[in-house]
Amino acid sequence: MSEPRVLVIGGGLAGLAATMRLAELGIGVDLVSLVPVKRSHSVCAQGGINSVNAMTRQQGDSEWKHFDDTVYGGDFLQHQPPVKEMTEWAPKIVDLLDRLGVPFNRTPEGHRDQRRFGGTLYKRTAFAGATTGQQLLYALDEQVRRWEVEGKVKKWEFWDFLEPVLDSSGRCRGAVCQDMVTMAFRTFAADATIIATGGCGLVYGRSTMSMVCTGSAASRAYQAGARYGNGEFIQVHPTAIPGADKLRLMSESARGEGGRVWVPRTPHDARDPRDIAEVDRYYFLEDRYPKYGNLVPRDIATREIFDICTTDGLSVEKDRLCVYLDLTHIPRETLDRKLGGILEIYEKFQGVDPRAVPMKIFPAVHYSMGGLWVDYQKNAAGGLEEGSPRNQQTNIPALYAIGECDYQYHGANRLGANSLLSCIFSGLFCASGVVASAHGSRKLAAEESTNLFAAAMRRQESRHESLLARRVGTENPYQLHLELGNLMTRVATVVRRNEQLTAAYAEVCTLEDRWKRCALSDSGNWTNQNVVFTKALGDMFPIAKLILKGALEREECRGAHYKPALAMPGIAATDLAGQYHEAQEWCDRFEQNTKRWLKSTIASHGADGDPQIVFEDVDTSLLPPRPRLYGLIGGELIEEVWKERQKKAALNGSGSAAGTAQTAAVAGPSA
Amino acid sequence: MIRAVEPSAGPNSSAASASAQPVAQRLIRVRVLRQDAPGQESYWERHAVPYELNMNVISILQRIAANAKSQDGRPVAPVAWDCNCLEEVCGSCTMLVNGRTRMACTALVDKLMEDNPEEIELRPMSKFPVVRDLVVDRRRLFRSLERVEAWMPIDGSYDQGAGPRISPESQEDAYPLSTCISCGCCLEACPQFTKIELVRHEDETVADFEKRRRSAFDRGFIGAHAISQAMLFNSHPTGQLIADQRLQAITAQGGIQMCGNAQNCVAVCPKSIPLTRSIARAGRAATVWAIKKLFDR
Ligand SMILES: Cc1cc2nc3c(=O)[nH]c(=O)nc-3n(C[C@H](O)[C@H](O)[C@H](O)COP(=O)(O)OP(=O)(O)OC[C@H]3O[C@@H](n4cnc5c(N)ncnc54)[C@H](O)[C@@H]3O)c2cc1C
Ligand code: SF4
Ligand code: SF4
Ligand code: FES
Repeated sequence: MSEPRVLVIGGGLAGLAATMRLAELGIGVDLVSLVPVKRSHSVCAQGGINSVNAMTRQQGDSEWKHFDDTVYGGDFLQHQPPVKEMTEWAPKIVDLLDRLGVPFNRTPEGHRDQRRFGGTLYKRTAFAGATTGQQLLYALDEQVRRWEVEGKVKKWEFWDFLEPVLDSSGRCRGAVCQDMVTMAFRTFAADATIIATGGCGLVYGRSTMSMVCTGSAASRAYQAGARYGNGEFIQVHPTAIPGADKLRLMSESARGEGGRVWVPRTPHDARDPRDIAEVDRYYFLEDRYPKYGNLVPRDIATREIFDICTTDGLSVEKDRLCVYLDLTHIPRETLDRKLGGILEIYEKFQGVDPRAVPMKIFPAVHYSMGGLWVDYQKNAAGGLEEGSPRNQQTNIPALYAIGECDYQYHGANRLGANSLLSCIFSGLFCASGVVASAHGSRKLAAEESTNLFAAAMRRQESRHESLLARRVGTENPYQLHLELGNLMTRVATVVRRNEQLTAAYAEVCTLEDRWKRCALSDSGNWTNQNVVFTKALGDMFPIAKLILKGALEREECRGAHYKPALAMPGIAATDLAGQYHEAQEWCDRFEQNTKRWLKSTIASHGADGDPQIVFEDVDTSLLPPRPRLYGLIGGELIEEVWKERQKKAALNGSGSAAGTAQTAAVAGPSA
Repeated sequence: MIRAVEPSAGPNSSAASASAQPVAQRLIRVRVLRQDAPGQESYWERHAVPYELNMNVISILQRIAANAKSQDGRPVAPVAWDCNCLEEVCGSCTMLVNGRTRMACTALVDKLMEDNPEEIELRPMSKFPVVRDLVVDRRRLFRSLERVEAWMPIDGSYDQGAGPRISPESQEDAYPLSTCISCGCCLEACPQFTKIELVRHEDETVADFEKRRRSAFDRGFIGAHAISQAMLFNSHPTGQLIADQRLQAITAQGGIQMCGNAQNCVAVCPKSIPLTRSIARAGRAATVWAIKKLFDR
């Protein structure tokens, strides 16, 4: 074998997009996945995918505005060049998906229909019924199957990625994986390896994610030395259907199509919701955020729903927390046409028709903004240099990360329908650089000394065997997982408090200790799901720790990370002078906070197993940070004061708002 | 296949703390047809699981795995099964629940108990080789998708502008077909789709075995799901460009001519895909194509 090969771990949208493009670039790909790639978690996405389009353009929209919304929605925590590149690619990506046969909903004239999602004022989201993720995944799966028939791609389904193989210089030369049917180990020599293994929702026990979203692969890369960024930023989706085995998502598109969130003004009003008169209903999102209404960004919607139930005590039910999400004012035919699939889910699992009766929903863990740290190469236009081997590369040379398991695109909070985009974008975009990297190494991985691979394989074999030998343990892995999930959900979701985070960190260490005493109920070597799960559980602890430690150390509120003690409330004064004074103070504090905390949290796995955390600057060269004021009392005044300061700073040529002056030229809306 | 298993839905202090509370220590009796590995004898095993509100068959299997004891208290290896999304969209969890082929994640215990309060019976699909317990090998199902070239023959993934314009009516026609989750329920129910299970000979290489299996698959019935996919792609302006190749595939050995039109498939499809409509369309298209081919000769 004299040609370089690439190993792709994970066949969700990101992994499939990369595989398709790599095959097209002529490189052979081994594609490894825990499940048949067509069954990857991406099938669950319901709502849609964002891009600027001909219609929104005529309403004043542009790639630049999509970029701005994404950065503003993410509270400025993401490096800006990759986001800019992504939003510029977005229209082309949706066009490509259209060519791949995705059955996007259509207008009467035959164009793609669009809907509005949270955090924007434009109808940017293309959708295919209520199963957009499924449709996009299938389109890419089909192309990859086509490449498989051509012989360019070889799939390894029901295989578990265990460890990247690094040479003495620290370069990644492939990986050790395990066949989950025969339990056999195998090493893959690869000139570049791409991790595309999705989110880590299972660290929280139950979430909206699928059962393979354990974060195990990212954790294994992290434990091998890859840095992990912004781990503490976990998105809690405002609207999920509480369930015993899973918290099933109720897509944001339910609100996008006009769904209204409310609670009865009387706590636990026992009446049928349909009998509760308008005056007795509190549409709290519409009331508190007149501009965005029910479509405020996710972190805000989540906190408001959480708050109305806990602080205000207005939960619909007494014994469990939930609010109404009401679609009953919308005609049945419209609902069936636009939301059919997701309403069926509600009906299927709750046995109630949401077209007739308001749904009961509550927030649930949904998305990991954080993930493996990846690099990029900036170009002169402020976007990315295509073809650079640095794009999407982790700090381990020749090891890449794309999709939900990288940390790159969504900052402190992800906007709806932006993730399918970032997954496909990162997959397509990184391919040319990956090829360059694969061709760039001195020696082909396949010609690398066999000792290198044999040593890594032996390590994994002995880990496996020692687990199987643990027949007399005292702990049950499933029980430990339940405890871990409950703990993480309690302390590291909507509201974070330092005492709790500190205590939880100690508890996670105890759980990890107890894990070492797990007993396996299956010691066989054939389709042993017990041992596969126990391994994945063991790899959840390092992720849990970096989430907790990041949350503890980050002393501010930003996007999904919220510490009540550090919140910056709106203006309280009633007189004008007082208000103005408070607005000035607010802006001072905002500036200080930006200086101190507008930083990526970067965790490295320490020798003792604890995460070592450093904070690194964020590239805000295109768009200077500005206060995120959705719905804040006195927000207009603060905005005014802020703008004044910016103007002054620009006049002085420098000043506190770093970057404003020199980026003014780039920052204009692109034509 | 990695999965989390919750041993019990005890009080949960989570953000979404709406987990079901055990109502009473009522037990659900479950009978599972187990098989340790391919080629081995299958055997029945009984389990008893405490009843909880809003349970589905997946949560029963989760409790069984966490407990790892049979009904009479004997330690047993956890039952193996497939699942991922838990919302009937990934197609992983197909099995026979009380004799009926369906997705385990939407098999709600309360409903099952209404039909048969005595017991829930779980068996692996019978038309695919058992890997272990409830896990079966469904590679043949994906092979059928290759046979009908179920993809768009695009030039490449570089930007070439948007796809063809499509009327809302065509979209509404195509969309249901495009929601096929490759679960295989339609194949399990089909009298024409019979099990193909091969064993590797001692002196056979992996590659040779792979080849032999593939050719066995290619002689076997292609299945309703693949016929329907062929029709989906043949109805799209770009997909149509290789329509003849697909018609060739569905009329070759193991093709649509084997379909006895028993319509079992459509009755069990969890996505209510209009399979008989696809089959009828395919039949007509195949006839037209056969005549055309006759004249072209
Ligand atoms: C219910 C729900 C609805 C959503 N709706 C939307 C939406 O409308 N719009 C939007 O933009 N985003 C949405 N999202 C987010 C979006 O779906 C995900 O972020 C995205 O699909 C992730 O894709 P991915 O390719 O990164 O990973 P995934 O699709 O999760 O795929 C991961 C792959 O990695 C493999 N893998 C994992 N671990 C290992 C291992 N150890 N070894 C080998 N393989 C491994 C898996 O088998 C799988 O193939 C939604 C998310 C959820 C949970
Ligand atoms: S109609 Fe055809 S494909 Fe469907 S079950 Fe009957 S024989 Fe099988
Ligand atoms: S057609 Fe229906 S039953 Fe058959 S594989 Fe597809 S979804 Fe399953
Ligand atoms: S688990 Fe995905 S269909 Fe049942």
